[in-house]
Amino acid sequence: MLDISTWFNDLLAGNVIFTADTLGYYWEGLVTTTQLVFLSLVAGLIIAVPLAIMRSSKHKWISLPVYFFTYVFRGTPLLIQLYIIYYGVVFIDGIQESFLWPVLREAFYPALIAFTLNTAAYTTEIFRGAIKATAKGEIEAARAYGMSQNLMMRRIILPSAFRRALPAYGNEVIFMLHASAIASVVTLMDLTGAARFVYARYYAPFEAFLFVAAIYLCLTFAILFFFRYLEKRLLAHLRPQDA
Amino acid sequence: MKKLLSLSLLGLAVAAASSAHARDYDNVRIGVDVPYEPMEFRTAEGELTGFDIDLGNELCDRMGVTCEWVEQEWDGIVPGLMSRNYDAIMSSMTINDERREQVLFSDPYITMPSAWFAASDLGINEATKETLEGMTIGVQRGTLQDNYVTDNFSDVANISRYSTADDMVLDMEAERLDIVFLDFPIGQSTLLESEEAEYVVIGERISEPKEYFGDGFGIAFRQRDEALAEKFNEALAEVQEDGTYDEIYSRYFGEEE
Repeated sequence: MLDISTWFNDLLAGNVIFTADTLGYYWEGLVTTTQLVFLSLVAGLIIAVPLAIMRSSKHKWISLPVYFFTYVFRGTPLLIQLYIIYYGVVFIDGIQESFLWPVLREAFYPALIAFTLNTAAYTTEIFRGAIKATAKGEIEAARAYGMSQNLMMRRIILPSAFRRALPAYGNEVIFMLHASAIASVVTLMDLTGAARFVYARYYAPFEAFLFVAAIYLCLTFAILFFFRYLEKRLLAHLRPQDA
Repeated sequence: MKKLLSLSLLGLAVAAASSAHARDYDNVRIGVDVPYEPMEFRTAEGELTGFDIDLGNELCDRMGVTCEWVEQEWDGIVPGLMSRNYDAIMSSMTINDERREQVLFSDPYITMPSAWFAASDLGINEATKETLEGMTIGVQRGTLQDNYVTDNFSDVANISRYSTADDMVLDMEAERLDIVFLDFPIGQSTLLESEEAEYVVIGERISEPKEYFGDGFGIAFRQRDEALAEKFNEALAEVQEDGTYDEIYSRYFGEEE
């Protein structure tokens, strides 16, 4: 342990910008970014599955409201959504006295809400596309077995739709990571926020932003790796068989 | 022939280089971070005004050059000067050693203390580590107030950093912030005169230690533009001598104290 700390100090010796302090800010930023992106992706995914099913419904009164939601959130910039949720809620009368205020007061939760709704909208459309692309033969076969609509959805349509959606969803995860860079406009100390802080304090744009770009690259690499693994496992039946 | 050509090319290069070196500034672009009332802000009609703006325009008139104001957010204002987006910064920039390593400063043209501002019901009389414990402090990112608060209070309080002073005031009114640390006149014109809620100054106005609060506001130039800085200094001395400075000062801060 002692070795590591002396090695660390030697490494930083004579370095004006990357002191233990600024690395601390980057670390804090990494934690915030990871939390924000992970939580919003999980929550967005949970919301998106029922929405995607509703969106593929034959009944207009079920699919239209969902279409309206995805249209609004895909049709406006995430930055604007974040501004509206962070600065806009303040103008609702009595919000400071309501039970919601402890949550909305912190910058983290308005950002989490904006990111969740945004990724839910995109994920809904990704899944809906995958559900629509289910082969007719599979559905006919399920009907021939006498499956109910629900059972067919659960056993036949959704499992194959998830697999089809996987590559597109992997892209959405990476987009979300990069979109999270705007969190610093509402004072969150995410990775980009840490970089902006270091940049403003030391007037060192190259060092501050190249370093943070490298961290984003590492995160993206981890995500790519994870999805490649998932695709290998879940889409194994689509690969050509080895002789 | 070939030699002649290369000689003349060399001559051209030298001429170009020397003209770049002794560049005459007929047209000076000045970087400014807006809004920062009353130093620089826009009127309801959208016109750029403020103490820095009026003084800067006056200086340019004296020097016989045309000035153009270029808006730039604070955290990128020094890099913008380096990358030649503008030739000077006149934007309430405090002269201190950290910045002197990057830019060349004019003589200080105004000194300005910082102060803590909070809602009148916050219930503290001075800002210390003990009284600020657990509170959320608002500062503008990359300012000397940011450096001061980061170095002295980041272990006991949460610090929220904003791109503009306006965003910070908005979050103060929203009650997301407990207390903010600002240049005194800025807080005075944005918070103390606010109609949303009642704000007060907490404790004394602060201008020590010098390593943070520096030697007053200066106009910043690129290190090599010494001639330009000298021209501004001469104009500044002239304006201060003949009373024009006092006139501009009283326009924004009332009578000189």
